[in-house]
Amino acid sequence: MNAPLTHLQRLEAEAIHIMREVVAEAEKPVMLYSIGKDSAVMLHIAKKAFDPSPPPFPLLHVDTTWKFKAMYDLREKSAKDAGMELLVHRNPEAEEAGINPFDHGPLHTDMWKTQGLKQALDKYGFDAAFGGARRDEEKSRAKERVFSFRTASHGWDPKNQRPELWNLYNARKKKGESIRVFPMSNWTELDIWQYIHLENIEIVPLYYSAKRPTFEYEGGLFMADDIDRLEKVLGHRPEITERSIRFRTLGCFPLTGAVESEAATLPEIIQEMLLTTTSERQGRVIDKDSGDASMEKKKQEGYF
Amino acid sequence: MSSEIYKTEDLIAEDIDAYLEKHQHKTMLRFITCGSVDDGKSTLIGRLLYDSKMIFEDQLAALETDSKKVGTQGQEIDFALLVDGLAAEREQGITIDVAYRFFATENRKFIVADCPGHEQYTRNMVTGASTADLAVILVDARKGVLVQTRRHSFLCQKLGIRNIVLAVNKMDLIDYDQDKYDTIVADYAAFADEIGITDFTAMPISGFKGDNITAPSANTPWYKGPPLVAHLEAVEINAAHDAELPLSMPVQWVNRPNLDFRGFSGLIATGAVKPGDPVRVLPSGKTSTVKSITTFDGDLDEAQAGQSVTICLDDEVDCSRGDVIAAADAPPEVSDQFEATIVWLDDEAMLPGRAYQMKLASQTVSATIAEPKYEINVNTLEHLAAKTLDLNAIGVAEVTTDKPVIFEPYSENRALGGFILIDKISNRTVGAGMLHFSLRRAQNVHWQPTAVTREEHASLKNQKPLVLWFTGLSGSGKSTIANEVEKALNLMNRHTFLLDGDNVRHGLNKDLGFTDADRIENIRRIGEVTKLMADAGLIVLTAFISPFRAERQMVRDMLPDGEFIEIFVDTPLEVAEERDVKGLYKKARDGQLKNFTGIDSPYEPPENADITVNTVEMSPAEAAEFIVRKITPLK
Repeated sequence: MNAPLTHLQRLEAEAIHIMREVVAEAEKPVMLYSIGKDSAVMLHIAKKAFDPSPPPFPLLHVDTTWKFKAMYDLREKSAKDAGMELLVHRNPEAEEAGINPFDHGPLHTDMWKTQGLKQALDKYGFDAAFGGARRDEEKSRAKERVFSFRTASHGWDPKNQRPELWNLYNARKKKGESIRVFPMSNWTELDIWQYIHLENIEIVPLYYSAKRPTFEYEGGLFMADDIDRLEKVLGHRPEITERSIRFRTLGCFPLTGAVESEAATLPEIIQEMLLTTTSERQGRVIDKDSGDASMEKKKQEGYF
Repeated sequence: MSSEIYKTEDLIAEDIDAYLEKHQHKTMLRFITCGSVDDGKSTLIGRLLYDSKMIFEDQLAALETDSKKVGTQGQEIDFALLVDGLAAEREQGITIDVAYRFFATENRKFIVADCPGHEQYTRNMVTGASTADLAVILVDARKGVLVQTRRHSFLCQKLGIRNIVLAVNKMDLIDYDQDKYDTIVADYAAFADEIGITDFTAMPISGFKGDNITAPSANTPWYKGPPLVAHLEAVEINAAHDAELPLSMPVQWVNRPNLDFRGFSGLIATGAVKPGDPVRVLPSGKTSTVKSITTFDGDLDEAQAGQSVTICLDDEVDCSRGDVIAAADAPPEVSDQFEATIVWLDDEAMLPGRAYQMKLASQTVSATIAEPKYEINVNTLEHLAAKTLDLNAIGVAEVTTDKPVIFEPYSENRALGGFILIDKISNRTVGAGMLHFSLRRAQNVHWQPTAVTREEHASLKNQKPLVLWFTGLSGSGKSTIANEVEKALNLMNRHTFLLDGDNVRHGLNKDLGFTDADRIENIRRIGEVTKLMADAGLIVLTAFISPFRAERQMVRDMLPDGEFIEIFVDTPLEVAEERDVKGLYKKARDGQLKNFTGIDSPYEPPENADITVNTVEMSPAEAAEFIVRKITPLK
């Protein structure tokens, strides 16, 4: 008898199975790529699922223009390494109106990300979009299906989800409707880090601790990635201090808080994560802006 | 309290590499918790998460605030709040859907499906149970085995869960009384035996106080078994069991990057495979040998159940999505008629005879379900006569598919025996099923090839077969217009035949009435007759109300592309009723005629008819001329 499969082997096999089902049944799939660690794992699994063919769909980055520079660098490299087409969409209305996280708060997320994503899916006519979300991230995610069905206006109805039995996924939909697919639904944050470590996956260097220029803003610690642009938006030049920091989660640089840390290798990161007492998303402002049901509301409106 | 089991902090702090090495070799167990509304499921799961340090300090702070605001445990922490996710249910204080939760111990990662206890949510429980290796059935020690306990146990047994844990919860509230516990366990054992659960593990616990969760409790010295977590760490996982069976791998996708490589990708459902192994490809039955098992990380020497792989074969055998690669000496069966247990998951009841889409492994076929042999009352286990299955009903019925399906009995192979049913119009997942066995008659009926083909039949008649399918309300003018069209085609030397609703009901379908199920069977038979006539090369005209989109689509699917022309005879109900040629509307309005389309039975107008004629604006002759112009030339 063989050694039983480990949990990571089984999670990987499940994600591969899901990706292959989508490719077999959807007309025009796309992989949403946010450049974060979860996206890195998802892209790595996609390469495995279809090897020796390249993954038979493009990558789509819904850009806010406020990502860290290191993220933009890795984005280009990863797409090239995987042999995949990279599509970048920026909401022209948000660009026009100069929407930014400092002046516009929740509107920044809505216009750049929620509206931007809907525009991009409509523009290219994608009928299935892979996302790297996990059920352990947030309470309403825990109940979302692997194949999450969206109306033609991208709405999600948590009370009317299709039952999902065994590993049989119903990918049927009418014209204009689409499906968001979460191949890593059953992974936890620790699984993600262990897998990155085990598979030696390249991630944005900002996850590793280093001396970086930082400033404080409304009680949080942020990295000064583009000081000139920050000055323009803030109306003053923030006071910069050099600190040893890293990021647990990567979003738009003003929305993502840094943590002071000395963890410069993957084992050290995992060690820090396991010993830490605050949960992953705390560094992100998004969940807090309208009470404890905010993620569920965002999803009903079409957020990923 | 839990630290002996979960505690890894020292190792994490002292030697992270050793910790990582250890944790890379964990296995994974999926289980469900089920019980009645207040049996404490969410509390138990909250406790497991809490003890495994899956709650961070900020979440704990939020939990404490919430506990005081909406909690049901006074000033103490309400673990249930951690688990109940969606906004709607937080207001109602009940779980309304399946939620998946994760925690890990030293040896295993666990995925928990939290299944609700309400009667109307059987579908959620079945969903959670379908992927579970184990079920924890919770019983409130004060209440004992309830109707819901029986229902949940029965469903777990039907879904093939081999490991059942009877967790007698809230032991703290009966002062850890062994006699009461023993009575509950004995009650359950009698019932379990009745439904075919041969083995289960009972334990006295308190999710709220933590007794026998991670460590043996001092409050129950009389209990000699393991605590819950230790048991969860020890039981056999389905994948390990499945790996011992003969090989089967449903093919999901054919990987063909260039002419030199052709691999078959899939998740191995059962068994193991090595290069050089003889295999059989189904349904063709052709044999070949495994050349390689290709992965991104290089070729494998061996792969087993639960792994996603790409298999290359030695020969150029035909193999595509839906096929199954199996052990050459133990291939699955192939059939198109089965007996199955069906669980209905949709608000709209099952319609016997309607064609649903069936998905089984990577196969997608069209399937119809006969009137159930019986429905099972999940509370009493009685077999009840049934004409249909409503939401949350479970029954046994015959299933017929339009193409042969590769399968194994569900009890032997979940992946090749479990299927879902999808409504072809709404696209909802409406049912789930578990195959029992193939009906022998399917195995003994074979297709006899005929020497003269349908093309030759048609070519002799100098025409292309067509089905002109007239649909519309009673009195809309279908028969009149169809007659006019047939006359015109006759004058053009076309070979035609008109099937009329009333006439067919005098003969072929005289045994059918006007219920939804009979209407579907009516159209199915007409569809089959129509298909035979089209095979004979004829242009067939049909004039039937044919009220449901799904059945018109079913007939369209029976015919080659382009041969089915749906003609919508569009007459508003008021106009048809005003005409009332046969006096039927009056009878229906007077209540003398039941199930009359447009009055007390629905009509679903076509969404994309090939031809629409409006009989308010056109006379029958004009409508006929319009149709003939649309369908010519006829070759």
